[in-house]
Amino acid sequence: MDAQTIIAKRIAKELHSGMLVNLGIGIPTFVASHVPAGVNIFFQSENGLIGTGPIPEEGMTHPTLTDAAGQPVSALPGASTFDSAMSFGLIRGGHLDMTVLGGLQVDAQGRLANWMIPGKMVPGMGGAMDLVSGAKRVVVAMQHTAKGKPKIVKQCSLPFTSLRPVDLVVTELAVIAFPGGRATLVETAPSVSAEDVVANTEAELVVPEKVPEMTL
Amino acid sequence: MKSIALQDAVAMIRDGANIMIGGFMAVGTSERLIDELVRQGKRNLTVIANDTAMPGRGIGKLISAGVISRVIASHIGLNPETQQQMIAGKIAVDLVPQGTLIERIRAGGFGLGGILTPTGVGTVVEEGKRRIEVDGKDYLLETALRADFALVHAFLADYLGNLSYALTARNFNPVIAMAADTVIVTAEHIVPVGVIAPDHVVTPAPVVDYLVANE
Repeated sequence: MDAQTIIAKRIAKELHSGMLVNLGIGIPTFVASHVPAGVNIFFQSENGLIGTGPIPEEGMTHPTLTDAAGQPVSALPGASTFDSAMSFGLIRGGHLDMTVLGGLQVDAQGRLANWMIPGKMVPGMGGAMDLVSGAKRVVVAMQHTAKGKPKIVKQCSLPFTSLRPVDLVVTELAVIAFPGGRATLVETAPSVSAEDVVANTEAELVVPEKVPEMTL
Repeated sequence: MKSIALQDAVAMIRDGANIMIGGFMAVGTSERLIDELVRQGKRNLTVIANDTAMPGRGIGKLISAGVISRVIASHIGLNPETQQQMIAGKIAVDLVPQGTLIERIRAGGFGLGGILTPTGVGTVVEEGKRRIEVDGKDYLLETALRADFALVHAFLADYLGNLSYALTARNFNPVIAMAADTVIVTAEHIVPVGVIAPDHVVTPAPVVDYLVANE
């Protein structure tokens, strides 16, 4: 199983029927493909849609039915559309049960940096700051390391997206949570040891005596 | 509301004007107004919009044609030309979190001086802003935004200027329609009064100044 699939499948386990969920671009998008059978989720696209469905087949797209990257999507039965003020009211106002975002760095306390690399990549924060500040639950989907360098670090060298700590980081090696403001190993991926995770993590990691393996 | 020809509508927009443009990655952006702004060779416009789309679509065409000198947006990442012009110092870019941007525009259109949002507290977004504590929680004071013109694209407009929008092409459009001195609208379809039921009118006619005639 490749890294992306491990991450997406594990995050899909966090979904329960009736939740309103926003998926960011990149790895988070793939979570939608692994929703367990019988679980019905309302997926939000922050450009103004609840009930986002799969990419329609060729010839079945519509220019005014798009996701937050401007790409064609479908709308599931029960979908609704609204303006951007309403969309961000849903996000900041405590109505969004979960957001899944990509990450560049997460620090030892769970604070996320994911929107810019000064001097290199300045795309703008889009909705990321509102999502991390406002969602009831924030889950980061990212590779554990980038070019061999740990992404879970003592201190972020990149600008924060929000000071609000994330709830869960899911990588191809581990699930990490931040109870009491301390990075804690919650699960390891199949055939990955706690030592492997520690070796690939710069932040000090609390490792409980028994760490269960992810079920995928 | 007055109906107006496309070129006369755009002729009202002088060089250096401050304009809000609806759309999200060009979905819900008035391509006709954009093309006419380029054709008339406008310069030094300040554009307030969610994003700068991509080259060849929506606001991306204004970037390519050198129409814009300043952008206030939440995202420019899918338009490499915006980033190149920003690095070259040809355009100034103010990046604003999307939820904050739309609320600042809403405040401008709703008679409010600004809004208090938790978004951006403790980040680079806070620089130069007032932090205000309410009931033990920190918020940033984000001031209202208004513009000289709003360029709105609707799905249906009736002869009086009542508007409704299509699916995800709604986005910033009904909000900017409240926040500019002059509101110029294009619509996919211009229909008799009554075709849009009162419950389905999203932007009421009195806020629309000009409806561009379809060809």
